[in-house]
Amino acid sequence: MEVTTKSMPYQAWKDNEYIESLVKELQDNGTNVIVGSLDKLINWGRSNSIWPLTFATSCCGIEFVSLGAARYDMARFGWEVARSSPRQADFIMVAGTIVHRMAPVLRRLYDQLAEPKYVIACGACAVSGGPFKKSYHVVMGVDKIIPVDVYLPGCPPRPEAMIYSIMQLSRKIKVEKFFGGVNRQEKQEEFLKNHPIEGADD
Amino acid sequence: MAQTQEIIAGLFPNASFEESDILTVVIDDAQWHDLAKTLRDNPELSFDFLVTIVGMDWVEKLGCIYYLTSTKFNKRIAVKVATTDRINPALTSIADLWHIAGIYEREVYDFFGIVFIGNPDMRRLFLSIDWKGFPLRKDYDANPEVNPVPQDNERQSDFTDVYTRSADGKVEVHQERVFEENDFVVNIGPQHPATHGVLRFRTAVDGETIKKIDVYMGYIHRGVEKICESLTYPQTLHFMDRLDYFSAHPYHHGLCLTIEEAAGIEISRRAQVIRVMMDELSRIASHCLFIGTFCMDLGATTMLFYALRVREQILDIMEKTCGARMTFNYECIGGVMQDLAPDFVSDVKALLAVIPQNLKEYDKLFVGNVITKNRMEGVGILSRENAISWGVTGPSGRASGWACDVRKTNPYSIYSELQFDEVVRTEGDSMARFKVRMDEIAQSARILEQLVDNIPDGEYCVKVPKVIKLPVGHWFRTVEGCRGTFGVYLESDGTTNPFRLKLVTPSLPAAAVVDTLTRGGKIADLITIGGSLDYIVPDIDR
Amino acid sequence: MFDFSQITDWIHATLLSFMPEWLAVTAECVLIGVILLLVYSLLALFYIYFERKVCAAFQCRLGPNRVGPMGLLQSFADMFKMLIKEIISLNNTDKFLFALAPYLVILASMLAFAVLPWGNGLQVIDFNIGIFFLIAVSSIGVLGILLAGWSSNNKFTLIGALRSGAQMVSYELSIGLSVLTMVCFAGTMSVGGIVDAQKDLWFIFSGHIPAIIAFIIYLIAGTAETNRGPFDLPEAESELTAGYHTEYSGIHFGFFYLAEYLNLFIVSGVATLLFFGGWMPLHIPGWEGFNHIMDYIPSVVWFIGKAIALSFIIIWFKWTFPRLRIDQMLALEWKYLLPINLFNLVLMVLVIVYGIHF
Repeated sequence: MEVTTKSMPYQAWKDNEYIESLVKELQDNGTNVIVGSLDKLINWGRSNSIWPLTFATSCCGIEFVSLGAARYDMARFGWEVARSSPRQADFIMVAGTIVHRMAPVLRRLYDQLAEPKYVIACGACAVSGGPFKKSYHVVMGVDKIIPVDVYLPGCPPRPEAMIYSIMQLSRKIKVEKFFGGVNRQEKQEEFLKNHPIEGADD
Repeated sequence: MAQTQEIIAGLFPNASFEESDILTVVIDDAQWHDLAKTLRDNPELSFDFLVTIVGMDWVEKLGCIYYLTSTKFNKRIAVKVATTDRINPALTSIADLWHIAGIYEREVYDFFGIVFIGNPDMRRLFLSIDWKGFPLRKDYDANPEVNPVPQDNERQSDFTDVYTRSADGKVEVHQERVFEENDFVVNIGPQHPATHGVLRFRTAVDGETIKKIDVYMGYIHRGVEKICESLTYPQTLHFMDRLDYFSAHPYHHGLCLTIEEAAGIEISRRAQVIRVMMDELSRIASHCLFIGTFCMDLGATTMLFYALRVREQILDIMEKTCGARMTFNYECIGGVMQDLAPDFVSDVKALLAVIPQNLKEYDKLFVGNVITKNRMEGVGILSRENAISWGVTGPSGRASGWACDVRKTNPYSIYSELQFDEVVRTEGDSMARFKVRMDEIAQSARILEQLVDNIPDGEYCVKVPKVIKLPVGHWFRTVEGCRGTFGVYLESDGTTNPFRLKLVTPSLPAAAVVDTLTRGGKIADLITIGGSLDYIVPDIDR
Repeated sequence: MFDFSQITDWIHATLLSFMPEWLAVTAECVLIGVILLLVYSLLALFYIYFERKVCAAFQCRLGPNRVGPMGLLQSFADMFKMLIKEIISLNNTDKFLFALAPYLVILASMLAFAVLPWGNGLQVIDFNIGIFFLIAVSSIGVLGILLAGWSSNNKFTLIGALRSGAQMVSYELSIGLSVLTMVCFAGTMSVGGIVDAQKDLWFIFSGHIPAIIAFIIYLIAGTAETNRGPFDLPEAESELTAGYHTEYSGIHFGFFYLAEYLNLFIVSGVATLLFFGGWMPLHIPGWEGFNHIMDYIPSVVWFIGKAIALSFIIIWFKWTFPRLRIDQMLALEWKYLLPINLFNLVLMVLVIVYGIHF
């Protein structure tokens, strides 16, 4: 199955093996036809409407602003509805360094997002600590606190790279099963079980 | 300088003097407060601007270096105060003399554990309450197990610690409330669209009127100063891109100048011209983004897109030469990394052609608007005295009538040969801060006009030794970043790594002054004032 | 001009031919309800798309253009997403009020929707106090907003809701007075009557100076009523994150989102009704040929077209002006708009009494 989005040719994607293995894993048990086509409709909607949370800590945030500006214009893809309230957003673009003091805040923001929710680790700092690897106060990669769906390297990543990463996310959403299975949520719950936090229910 | 030394020696016989790049006074802690008062109030000295407090750990003793500047005589002085007690180090606070001293002392306490007696607010500044140890001490235990990534919400206290010295010389601590007991406290930030990043204001409001703001910083404190101590000099440079990411070039310039001065490296004129041009280009880009984000904060989103147009054009020029859009790492010790791109000159000329009409457009679209005027005029007035006492430099300081442009007061590189005006306004309100930046764009364009046709030939980077070792000593340099005075304090012990690298950033005072400016204003004024001060949060936290 | 009541009469007659009257009326009510809901949601989706495109045009951008031809399906994708988003229920809140608030908001706009004159003979109900009903139901909305802000148990939403309350209560006065001015001129409160009175010339032309003043005030107050920029204080993004609906997610937030755009349509629809002749085509007395050609354009197109043109102006406001501060906004209403409005009412009465209008 060729999964693509936003009229990108399938060959233009860089990591088709991953998405193919994901599709294979998902389709292992087969799906009901009705549920399958309903899934398709809903996934079409979901993958075409991913609203970011306005969240930026440092340099990458400025590139995210550039992404919204006239030259790169993420509005073309329908991503410009940046919500400031986590309840209404679909994904966090963790744009910038996350430090110890910010970690519980980020985790809380993630908990406040409404399902289905996604995370893009944007920039070297969010992926692994980046240039601040030696620091005493920087979290070495946000995947220590919240589950990450797409990693986007760069310091800061260019806006084009950001577009690519959100498209990858959109592609990932497209192959997910909304009714047919709950694989994503299971993984997420597993992660949350391993990374417990107090007061996460409110 | 000699005259200053005489006056101080006459009044404080115990003070000793050190030979350095500037006059350095060493004084005992007991007399420090009196000396500070004299330095500030004596009309022949009038050192009214506290540039920074550099906390130091000289292993055998802990202490501070205070850098003071006289805005009247344009002179600088350093004062060293130290204590040998490593268990309970305590110094006398000067928070009652300079407003900003209170914040700087909190920073020193946070990093070195030195307690300042008399400071009304002795909480940690950047690190959380539960942080163990003082990271910039040489004996700090950096084991990640001591301070793991916190999983729980941060503990917070409604009380501040105040240290006093009782009659018998013992240090006592008591607690005071930050807010009154029944205050309605709204938490703005760290995840909030108007704080320009991750700054946090705990705001006590009465209806829509602000009673008090408690600023929390450190949500992006990355410990750059500590990391630098374990890196070689060329390696430290790239962090300058990531502090104030709009002033990447000026900050690089500042650190390069300091290291070059210490190592005695002379750079070519071509490199100097390139550096200055890059500085001014980034100043234009930075001010453009300021105009955009500030207008967006006020609700005029469209202006952001208009302002970003010019910024994108500048980023194109930068990208062609430096190879990146934001984190350039372009200036290096001895010059610049790469020669200019072939079409640099024509690109800059194309930029200079569009700037005047763009400025006119911004003026017509935004400044003339009656709503804008109502929102900005008379909002957040910062007097000249307060600006100096709070150390608010850069365009914000100049809007209060304080001519503090380092390019004029202490010209570095080739600035003394250039024709440009220092933009100073006297109103001190948000509108003035906005207009100063608009006018500075024009002045930067003027500098570029003078240079664009006169880029001399020559090498862009002189030969420097592969391994750079600095002689033992310490240096302090300031340059004009896009947001104000950027200072670098560098202490070397003769090895390839800095012994201490302290970065004095203009955004910290700008964020600290928010409380004073917003009192009695509305919540919407907080946004206006915060936006007009134009702080960059990673620049505050470093 | 085609009269839509022919169609409705025909449907009524057909239904009566095989069922008793009570059943026919019930069926018609259900049918009207379904059509209204459908139009309501389609219009809202169109408006979301329209606003995004207009805003992009002002900002030298392209706007949505990838999902469907010219991005037309973008808001449908958003709707699908919104429908299946999790609805977060909060601890320590009044759950009933919390859930009730978005329905109140959407109910208010839906009721107001019903009395708009869509076309010649195309109106759900035309009763003698139509305008009065419109003003009454549209003020239910503020109750929903206040409830939303209060029941979320969050300081931001509370401030947002209180701002909204202060704003809407104040600006309701201006709206009411400028509507009253036009009602005086029309001499009737019935929506159909007002449209009929503009058969020859729209009120904005025939009422000249007082009508124009009333129109400007109505436009300003209407913008404020819909909580749109420069009066978007209740949801000022840079101040209060998302204002009164900060805590709402999923379709509950969707209701607020849709209602915002629908209110925009209703405000411009009422302006169309009062000042631009409702569904009446543009007629110029004496130009018979011109008037005749104008009559060929269907009345529904006239109404919706005029409403969208007015909405465009309101959207234009939003993307041009910075936001007002709360005290400035209240000062604008109480110190300027209200006195001008009262004066304008007197002026209008004088104009009517002395017959100095077209």
